[in-house]
Amino acid sequence: MTSDFLLSLAQAVSKGLLTGMVYGLMALGLSVIFGVMRVVNFAHGEMMVVGMYLAWMGFDALQITPMLGLPLVAVLFFGVGYALQRGLIQPFIARPEHQQFLLLLAVGTLLANACLAIAGPDSRTVQLDSQFDSYELGPLVLDAVRVHAAVVALAIAALLFLFFTRTRTGKSIRAAADNHMGALVVGLDVRRLYAVTFGIGAACVGAAGALMTTLIPVTPFLAGEYTLLAFVIVIVGGLGSMTGALLGGLLIGVSEAVAGLLLQPSLKSMFSFGLLIVVLLLRPQGLLGRKESR
Amino acid sequence: MTARAAIGLAALLALLIAAPALLGGYGLSVLILVLYFAYVGQAWNIMMGFAGQLSLGHALYAGLGGYIAAGLYFHYGIGPWLGIFAAVAVAVAAGSIVGYLGFRFSLAGVYFALLTIAFAEFTRIGFDNWEWTGGSGGLFLKVERGVVDLANLRGGPVMFYYVILALAVGALVLCRLLLESRLGRYWLAIREDAEAAQAVGVPVLWCKMLAIMISAALTAVAGVWNAFYYNNLFPETAFAMGRSIEMTLAPIIGGLGTLFGPFVGAVVLTGLGEIFTAAGDRLDIPGIKQIFYGVALLLIVMYRPAGVWPWLAARLGFAERKP
Amino acid sequence: MSGARLELAGLGKSFRGLRAVHDVSFSVPAGAIHALIGPNGAGKTTIFNMIAGVHAPSAGTVSLDGQRISGLRPDHVCHAGVGRTFQIVRPFKGLSVLDNVTTGALHRRPRLAEARDAALAILERLGLADRRHQLAESLTLPDRKKLEVARALATEPKLLLLDEVMAGLRPTEVDVMVGFLRDLNAETGLTVLLIEHVMRAVMALAAQVVVVSYGEKIAEGTPAEITRHQAVLDVYLGAEEVA
Repeated sequence: MTSDFLLSLAQAVSKGLLTGMVYGLMALGLSVIFGVMRVVNFAHGEMMVVGMYLAWMGFDALQITPMLGLPLVAVLFFGVGYALQRGLIQPFIARPEHQQFLLLLAVGTLLANACLAIAGPDSRTVQLDSQFDSYELGPLVLDAVRVHAAVVALAIAALLFLFFTRTRTGKSIRAAADNHMGALVVGLDVRRLYAVTFGIGAACVGAAGALMTTLIPVTPFLAGEYTLLAFVIVIVGGLGSMTGALLGGLLIGVSEAVAGLLLQPSLKSMFSFGLLIVVLLLRPQGLLGRKESR
Repeated sequence: MTARAAIGLAALLALLIAAPALLGGYGLSVLILVLYFAYVGQAWNIMMGFAGQLSLGHALYAGLGGYIAAGLYFHYGIGPWLGIFAAVAVAVAAGSIVGYLGFRFSLAGVYFALLTIAFAEFTRIGFDNWEWTGGSGGLFLKVERGVVDLANLRGGPVMFYYVILALAVGALVLCRLLLESRLGRYWLAIREDAEAAQAVGVPVLWCKMLAIMISAALTAVAGVWNAFYYNNLFPETAFAMGRSIEMTLAPIIGGLGTLFGPFVGAVVLTGLGEIFTAAGDRLDIPGIKQIFYGVALLLIVMYRPAGVWPWLAARLGFAERKP
Repeated sequence: MSGARLELAGLGKSFRGLRAVHDVSFSVPAGAIHALIGPNGAGKTTIFNMIAGVHAPSAGTVSLDGQRISGLRPDHVCHAGVGRTFQIVRPFKGLSVLDNVTTGALHRRPRLAEARDAALAILERLGLADRRHQLAESLTLPDRKKLEVARALATEPKLLLLDEVMAGLRPTEVDVMVGFLRDLNAETGLTVLLIEHVMRAVMALAAQVVVVSYGEKIAEGTPAEITRHQAVLDVYLGAEEVA
């Protein structure tokens, strides 16, 4: 093993960790929604792509960089997520899984194809000066945009963690997630809490989308891939577990980057799906999830 | 079955048999699509509608079936009627692995669905890198114009129409027989409550295994038909999640667990698809067809969540009891 | 104790170190109706679940007619001849009443037409025949309880385990159910073990009563003996009057 190889391995791992933070933020949205409402958001990748397009449009039309645009995207996503939950998803909470699946599939189809109709099939890129900058960490060279994206993702995750542990609404949401009936009995407005939760989940994925535009070009066809990626991450980390989603994001980020280094590029996600199968079978609650009492 | 329903069915079957003489090329191609979705929907419905197991990875079985039969024909000239046995065997083996792992480790609902997706994706990437089947570049069957060779499934749309019609009718009859058998009844009981079913003597694991094996076998046959009809196969599409989802739509929209739901759903979906394609071409906006489609799905799931067929059947006076 | 239809010997169960049932032994002779009573959380349903094969015992054995059935899967226990109802009724909600019971009957009669006839006969006896085409989810609670019993009976068991089938019934409905079970027992010799809180039913049906508390058997005897048993009065009946 040459030191060249070790260096490129370290380079790949660090790149994977940084990208993995953004993946983690995206998956956090899916995990929070499932953890609280037991609804699987089959439109998650589509929402991510909408976030990416909004960030791109802000840059393309108004010269707002994705980092500055991020809070706007997050707020908008929160509002739309809140409304979507109230208007469309709430009646489906108690319905069978296949109906929820069909509903969110329809929502996802609409979102992805609205992007296609508005922005066309070509890939869109945000050109930033910082994309040529890098930080040096000993022998490692880290892309500046990637570092920024990871730091922001981590900061948002930290804020979210504070929200769920320190604020009244956050604690109520956790209470409603643990015990739906109990929350109703003590008089929590579960519908509102669900809407807030969906809003937060949407804001996470919107923010992750804005960050992602600084790393890769956006096309409408990324949507399905990201929905799958988010599933893989949350299952590996533990569906419904916040730290699990972040950890899963890092794990998948690193495994993709390392697999990309060692294997043919086309084989790299095989590893992720293999990991998903192993985790589903041996630890279906995920690496950090709690066992559900069914 | 009421006399009225029997007459209606006989008339419909006669019409379908006469269809190639009545329809032009376009009409026939649409009808072929309808029957294809009805058939694969029927196969998927056995898993979800009867036994209550949500599979979102059925492209795995269709893809394997198509690739095995097409590969055998392409490399060794082994005709599809023989190759279909290998195709079905491989798909049933794959289904048994997915089923055994999923059911043994008691994955339910979404978790089971994700397992099925994972296996399909895993296989997709494998085929992307397998030279025997052409890798990501695809596998192509030679197209010979004007030849009708039923033994090798080489021919025009009319031949493929009759094959898929026979398959669709056969699957309907098979499902009806299954529902009137002990196995079918046991599936329904498992769908409703597996633990209570086991308490009245239902061997739950074995029944679920039979469901996935029968469903995978039927789906593999669809895959073979599909490969020889379109003459090309790409891992990117054959094993895609989109392909799996496509198979679930007709039975969900038509009415899960009903016998005619997959047919009605296939008519609704393909009909809407064709209308939207025409409208989309006129509007010339990319994705507009899918947007119409999304809206239609949304409206159906919001206002007819149990499916179109139970509602329609009540209207027409052929009440099919939802088993 | 040979000749017992059901025999529990030193039966115990722990969940993650927590002792739910400890060293419970008793037997039910063929053709008898016995009751299992005790305060909530005493381990009665856990005992049922061990008999029915839902839980494998941590210690001891369950035998049916001298054949060991503990450790078998629930469907095999059913095949051996044990029918059971669930404390919280679990009908196949989306199926008709007739189809619910037919599912049970299919176990011994694989042909659908025969199973359906057998199911219909049971429904008639329980007074549910006129509701046979209704979906199970549309039944009232008393009817759901009857359906639960009908479905278990359809498997043609030698031993029927009834888990609080009287709970939630009005006194007149309790009397109807008691009459039905008594007649059935008299006609077919069906052995019954029932978990019951409704003392009126216990008194009317059971020849012997086993009392459990905190997972252990504390008393066994005829209903009359049990109501005079000091330990039972202390832990179970407390200040309450026995009906």
